[in-house]
Amino acid sequence: MHPLARFLVRRVLLAVLMAWGITLVTFVLTNLVPGDPVAANLGQRAMSDPAIVSQWRAEHGLDRPLWQQYLLYLQGLVQGDLGMSQQSHRPVSQDLAEFVPATLELAGAAILVSLVLGVAFGVVAALRRDRLPDHALRVLSLIGISVPTFWLALVAFYVFFYRLQLTPGSGRVDVALGLAPPVTGLQTVDALLAGRWDIFASAAGHLVTPALVLALYTIGLLTRFTRSAVLEVLGQDYVRAARAKGLPGRTILFRYVLRSALVPIITVAGLAFGSLLSGTVLVEAIFAWPGIGQYAYKSATTLDLPAVMGVGLVVGVVYLVINLIVDVLYGVIDPRVRLQ
Amino acid sequence: MTLDITDLKVTIGGKEILRGVDLTLTAGRVHGLAGESGSGKTMTGLAVLGLLPHGSRTAGSIRLDGRELLTLPPKELNKVRGGEVAMVFQDPATSLHPMLTIGRQLTEHMRHHLGLGRAEAKARAVELLGKVRIPGPEEAYGRFPHQFSGGMRQRIAIAVALACSPKVLIADEPTTALDVTVQAGVLRLLRGLCDELGLAVLLVTHDLGVMSAVADEVSVMKDGLVVESGPRGRVLREPAHPYTRALLDSLPDAELDPAESGTPKSGTPESGTAKSGTAKSGTAKSGTARSGTARSGTARSETANSGAAEPDAEAR
Repeated sequence: MHPLARFLVRRVLLAVLMAWGITLVTFVLTNLVPGDPVAANLGQRAMSDPAIVSQWRAEHGLDRPLWQQYLLYLQGLVQGDLGMSQQSHRPVSQDLAEFVPATLELAGAAILVSLVLGVAFGVVAALRRDRLPDHALRVLSLIGISVPTFWLALVAFYVFFYRLQLTPGSGRVDVALGLAPPVTGLQTVDALLAGRWDIFASAAGHLVTPALVLALYTIGLLTRFTRSAVLEVLGQDYVRAARAKGLPGRTILFRYVLRSALVPIITVAGLAFGSLLSGTVLVEAIFAWPGIGQYAYKSATTLDLPAVMGVGLVVGVVYLVINLIVDVLYGVIDPRVRLQ
Repeated sequence: MTLDITDLKVTIGGKEILRGVDLTLTAGRVHGLAGESGSGKTMTGLAVLGLLPHGSRTAGSIRLDGRELLTLPPKELNKVRGGEVAMVFQDPATSLHPMLTIGRQLTEHMRHHLGLGRAEAKARAVELLGKVRIPGPEEAYGRFPHQFSGGMRQRIAIAVALACSPKVLIADEPTTALDVTVQAGVLRLLRGLCDELGLAVLLVTHDLGVMSAVADEVSVMKDGLVVESGPRGRVLREPAHPYTRALLDSLPDAELDPAESGTPKSGTPESGTAKSGTAKSGTAKSGTARSGTARSGTARSETANSGAAEPDAEAR
């Protein structure tokens, strides 16, 4: 088997094992939290009636021992059944299918923007070290890293929507237009698939501000890390050797410098994208973005355990996928990793 | 083909690194450049390729067959780099890119400078790998640097340098990072290539043992100046400058063999003969420190040798 393929298979198997670990952790943690789902879900009158309480508990499987509950949960899970939400009275999987794509669209756009801008800014700062572009980008990245996301979201909303009226307000798309027929759940993509340019423009317009707000922190972080990574590689012997070979500057930058610098960059990017997900909760709340962050907040406050576990599982799997991508990229970029 | 360096001056950040260096390289000859670290040997090599660190200023002249390199526009200079003047660096562990295959690093400048197609470049690369005696050149072509030993890597670096048939090869301490056992092999290879291809080689080293093994001419640098220059036999046997004498005296006996110096192409030094060459007998008082065992080395030998031993010890 090709070493890269073997490397891939090993990483995927490891990821599956970790996914199982995530189910265990989310299940145990949600059941350890102090708080009685009965109290959160039933009214005062119903709670005072023991018959109703025990019937409700039996209905949601809460009367069984914990290990049995976990096995039942796992059994459902492999069939794609995440249980019933106690609040929406719909299967959790159905709820997630509705909310997850919205978050993926927002976070995906933010990741894309921050990768492109962060790496480009970092390279420019390194190549123009201690000159004007470097200083300007240093200020920008400092702002990005130190300004809290929720504050930035509020200010951006106030300035660009309310004051300047440059951007559309809350939500994913103009209500008057309606949603594009769902295929992927990503409004921009679905609108394109349906050939509805008006919906696409509206969806993209709604996406710009929250995605930028969400991305600013990661842009700042990636700019800093890319700058220092590129500077370090520029001082390496093999870059000087490449210059001595008379290669054109562009070849040296992309083939020699960026390739090496990418290893620390993707490490930071992987971590940053994980934390970007937690940022979505705040941004979604302020821009009324119907995503998983809002759903998680609602289910947590009502102790809707199946929903909370479902959200935990999704976030955990997203982390896993990001880590898997980072690991695979290590192997693709650096032959020494893949041959170990 | 000649490379003439005349009155080369380099300042970095207001500090004078080279203070007027004169050197001449000719085809088919190995010119050894010795001196302690910080004396400007490496900077001289880098100046030829215009690879000096940022913020350095150069004056004087470096002429390749009468063409001035110092004032060459960047595009033209890039053609000279790798194409006409190539360089081999000190540490092959860091001078090859760890994430690119040997083949890639051997062919990319060939394709750029010579305009070769993929297949042509590969054929030439495999041939070169064979020439520098890498076993199984076909397989080696697709491998990565970390899959080779240090000596092999330096051979590969030499192959990379020779890929575009340069006329001048600057080897900056090519054996310093290598095991003593593989040093001789790499030096023999350099000497052989110089003779076979008619290369003009500048061999930068702080090791006079290396120097005596392969160099035709020897120049000795100190504090940014060439203090002595001439045919190897003369410089090593009858050093005129006190600093050269001091350098020679700081060598352990076996490493240097001035008596053999009449035939520069003889390859590795044969140790053991002529331990009391003229050069050494002239400065016999410091000979005490020179012996590796140094039983006699007490206060006296330390004072006698203090000026001589330090530079070399530092260089190593």
